Amino acid sequence: MRVDWKSYNPGNFFDETISSPGYARKHARHLVSYLRSLKPGELNARKQAAILAIKTMGISFTVYSDAGNIDREWPFDIIPRIIPNKEWQTTSKGLEQRVRALNHFINDVYNAQKVFKDKIVPKDLILDSENFRKECLGIKPAFGTWAHICGTDLIRDKDGLFYVLEDNLRVPSGVSYMLENRTVTKRVFPELFENYDIQPVTDYPSKLFDTLAAISPRRLKYPEVVVLTPGIYNSAYFEHSFLAQRMGAELVEGGDLVVQDDCVYMRTIDGLSRVDVIYRRIDDLFLDPDVFIKDSVLGVKGLMQAWIKGNVGLANAPGAGVADDKIVYTYVPKLIKYYLDEDPILPNVPSYICSDKKQRQHVLKNLDKLVVKPANESGGYGMLMGPQASRREREEFARRIKANPRNYMAQPLISLSTAPILGDRNAEPRHVDLRPFILQARDSYVTPGGLTRVAMVKGSYVVNSSQGGGSKDTWIVNV
Amino acid sequence: MLSRVAERVYWMARYLERAENTARLINVYSNLLLDLPRGTKVGWHTLIDIAGANREFNASGKSTDERSIVRFLIAESNGVSLLSVLSMVRENARTTREIIPAEAFEQINDIYLFIRENSSGQISRSARNKLLEEIIVYCQQLTGLLAGCLSHNHVHRFIRIGRNLERADMTTRIVDVGSGNLLPDLDLDGTSDGDPTDPYQDMLWMSVLRSLSAYQMYRQNVRDRVNAEDVVKFLLQDPEFPRAVNYCLHQVEDCIGELSEHKAAIRQVRRALRKTRQADIPQLLSKGLFKYLDEMQVEIADIHDQIATTWFLPPN
Repeated sequence: MRVDWKSYNPGNFFDETISSPGYARKHARHLVSYLRSLKPGELNARKQAAILAIKTMGISFTVYSDAGNIDREWPFDIIPRIIPNKEWQTTSKGLEQRVRALNHFINDVYNAQKVFKDKIVPKDLILDSENFRKECLGIKPAFGTWAHICGTDLIRDKDGLFYVLEDNLRVPSGVSYMLENRTVTKRVFPELFENYDIQPVTDYPSKLFDTLAAISPRRLKYPEVVVLTPGIYNSAYFEHSFLAQRMGAELVEGGDLVVQDDCVYMRTIDGLSRVDVIYRRIDDLFLDPDVFIKDSVLGVKGLMQAWIKGNVGLANAPGAGVADDKIVYTYVPKLIKYYLDEDPILPNVPSYICSDKKQRQHVLKNLDKLVVKPANESGGYGMLMGPQASRREREEFARRIKANPRNYMAQPLISLSTAPILGDRNAEPRHVDLRPFILQARDSYVTPGGLTRVAMVKGSYVVNSSQGGGSKDTWIVNV
Repeated sequence: MLSRVAERVYWMARYLERAENTARLINVYSNLLLDLPRGTKVGWHTLIDIAGANREFNASGKSTDERSIVRFLIAESNGVSLLSVLSMVRENARTTREIIPAEAFEQINDIYLFIRENSSGQISRSARNKLLEEIIVYCQQLTGLLAGCLSHNHVHRFIRIGRNLERADMTTRIVDVGSGNLLPDLDLDGTSDGDPTDPYQDMLWMSVLRSLSAYQMYRQNVRDRVNAEDVVKFLLQDPEFPRAVNYCLHQVEDCIGELSEHKAAIRQVRRALRKTRQADIPQLLSKGLFKYLDEMQVEIADIHDQIATTWFLPPN
């Protein structure tokens, strides 16, 4: 196989690499001509090298299925996606702004609640949210930060602009794959790095460690930071282990931790040892059987009390998910204006809230044109893709919306931009999104680029790795 | 170091050692049988005895022919086969991945993928031989990698403890083979005053040495022809051969001495060491070796229990 760019046709969609068949965008010129220059056997050899590297490095994720949990190799396409740095600078500022506003909002919800009094957001909407935790009322975490690590999903519409699709403030995952994708690309296409000035991504683990260390209640030079994982059967276990390794932090499970006198300790071979900060990768409700789900074996008894007393830092803070709700999403542009008195840099995708009677009626009438999302699901589960759904599925969703309008919002089917993947015979356009990661505590940090997810099936919009999506290395380059 | 991590690297090392030993054992046993006179009724079931897998084997309801036994020990998911043992090495490594060197994890992953890909379908005798030898090489590379890339810290100590306890245990089992208890059909009494020209007796003890890669070291050390008394002495009491029980237990003692709260565990190891040193081999060879080795295995199990109580996570 040889890449023939003239027959690569993304049709009506914005393509990340070419402007029209045969014509590369400025930032992608080297990439396009380099791929064209590779001889047939060579391209395939690179593809095989990537598959082998991923296998050997043990880059995997777990898929839950009826047949049990399967540990799968990470699906990866070798052609990198390139974004010019100039464009990225604005995007990056927009992301930072957004997370700053969201942290103000969460802190306000659990403390002064000015946002309700000023009638910016209806109070009931928030207090009824599945992710609102009354146990967190009155708590003031360090720097007023609740969401220390955020993964925000961006998409590019036909107009070529980035839109925010959703904010993930609970336990967003994917950052390890962003880092490993770069490692694999370096093994597979070292030549390409000579022609591009690519922003490195490797310092994410140190930035993450600094962010976590900043919220340590004890002022130590090296506070004890641990990563709390639900264990090896979790779909993101690879990432938990990876981040612990790269930060030089302990990877712990609930059984490794114990709370005594409202302080958290881990069980070591030398006895108990104090823990300062927990980067928890388990959901709120499993954190502490004393407070939340009683029979949770993943969490630690007494953990919430230790946190409330200020004896341990938790990232993300329990209750941060209140702003992760797809309904709250629709308010974010207003929240940016309200808390920061700034205009939003990044636009939202237009959305309809089903709890609003007028908007709901519009949604119910246009189910065949809209994408309906439940407020609190992640991973692409529980969604209705209106234009592709059967009549029966649409009727089922109409019933669900009427029964629980608070739980649904809808958006027009927006286009996702395309990028080339290496198919069997040629480069082929596939839809992509982008998940950058934003860190916030004393300082803010945005990853240069992020994780590009690809819908590997032709025409599909489903990019979630749990549902057959793949990924690409993402380059921010100076051109 | 987390107690859970200590426990997992310990098991990782034990399973890794077990995989290597299992591979050796099958290989040596296959070679031994090729040398025996045709028509000798030698049970392949002996391998199941050595592996201590009678319960699992009986539960599987397999017949005791060569093919079934070898498949059972290489390729089935039964908790004792190479495939199972190596997958446990990998599981333990995956859960401690953040602390073992990245190259070591890649190597472990490679071994596992290798056995998974090579253990489906039929395994001919020649393919089997090659497969087992590759596994042995993989395991040894990994042991070298861990020695060369991992700081000699507590992680390393727990790895050494696991490896050496498993080795000591396996050596006692393999000595059992030589002592003749496991080859009743051959009518070998295994005593040093047996007919010295009996070629099969020599061969048996040589196989025992080979299965532990001990033949060369034995010759350098003992110089006499291969005979039961010297072989058993060498494998139990030699202070320098890395697979001799005495040597392994000393390694365990050294590592444990570096850990906190080690008193009870050290006491247990020293008891086992005394029992090793004080064994009267000629006496045991004429009577009671089988029982003695059984007791040694219990001693080794007791050391494990004491280690678990002192340093591992308490059971829920």
